[in-house]
Amino acid sequence: MRPARIVVPETAKVGEIVEIKALIQHPMVTGHTAAGANTEPRDIIHTLTVTYDGAEIFRADFMPGIAANPYVAFTTVATVTGDIVFTWTDDKSEVTTAARTLRVP
Amino acid sequence: MTLVRVDRRQALATLAASLLAPVTVRAAESDPSMKPPSALYLQARTVLANGREIRTARVTLDLPRLAENGNSVTLKIDVASPMTAADHVRTIHILSEQNPIATIGRFHLTPRAGRAFVSTSVRLATTQNVHAIAEMSDGSLWEAQAESVVLIAACIDGG
Repeated sequence: MRPARIVVPETAKVGEIVEIKALIQHPMVTGHTAAGANTEPRDIIHTLTVTYDGAEIFRADFMPGIAANPYVAFTTVATVTGDIVFTWTDDKSEVTTAARTLRVP
Repeated sequence: MTLVRVDRRQALATLAASLLAPVTVRAAESDPSMKPPSALYLQARTVLANGREIRTARVTLDLPRLAENGNSVTLKIDVASPMTAADHVRTIHILSEQNPIATIGRFHLTPRAGRAFVSTSVRLATTQNVHAIAEMSDGSLWEAQAESVVLIAACIDGG
């Protein structure tokens, strides 16, 4: 588990489009050094999936061109009160999950 | 005294001009005579297109015109789409013309996004054009490109 920060509004109205932001601490080692390409093992977060109330709403495939401490922002339509769960997976199969509850009264 | 002052001013003006000169040259370089897109980029684009036309419309790519540090450049992509089950953006691809790996990332959206928007931070190896290509639910491809002048290059760890 790595430190991650998620920004989700606490509450939203049904049908409201909310912006979600997330950042995780990860060096995103490209494997390219001054000595040349692939001169050290690559270790990046390659996948981020986000579910809302159990259903996938967003997925990202990261390549080495994504900056260290990968940041994403996207939107979703508020439907029901539920957890927004982030899952990041890196090249060493290390998985970090973090969640926030979006309340939709 | 007056003459000395004028000389000083001229000296300062000359100094200022010499300091500004490289910046002007850099800006001039970055436009028409920028490095041609890499073979890797052209290949990635061909694979992505898979015979389909990529049209320049509907996508807005907000990229800093000047990136002080290529290690982290935050960009925003918006696509004009109703984001309904019948008509939505399926995937947004970010491609680089000069990075050692052309594809920077892919973002998969669903109609539940409500809006076709994504923001992220990327690495830019050098001054270059970045392309945002949106793949719609009907398979059509739309793009926008933007140029960023990079002062400190990225992509080499610890560099």
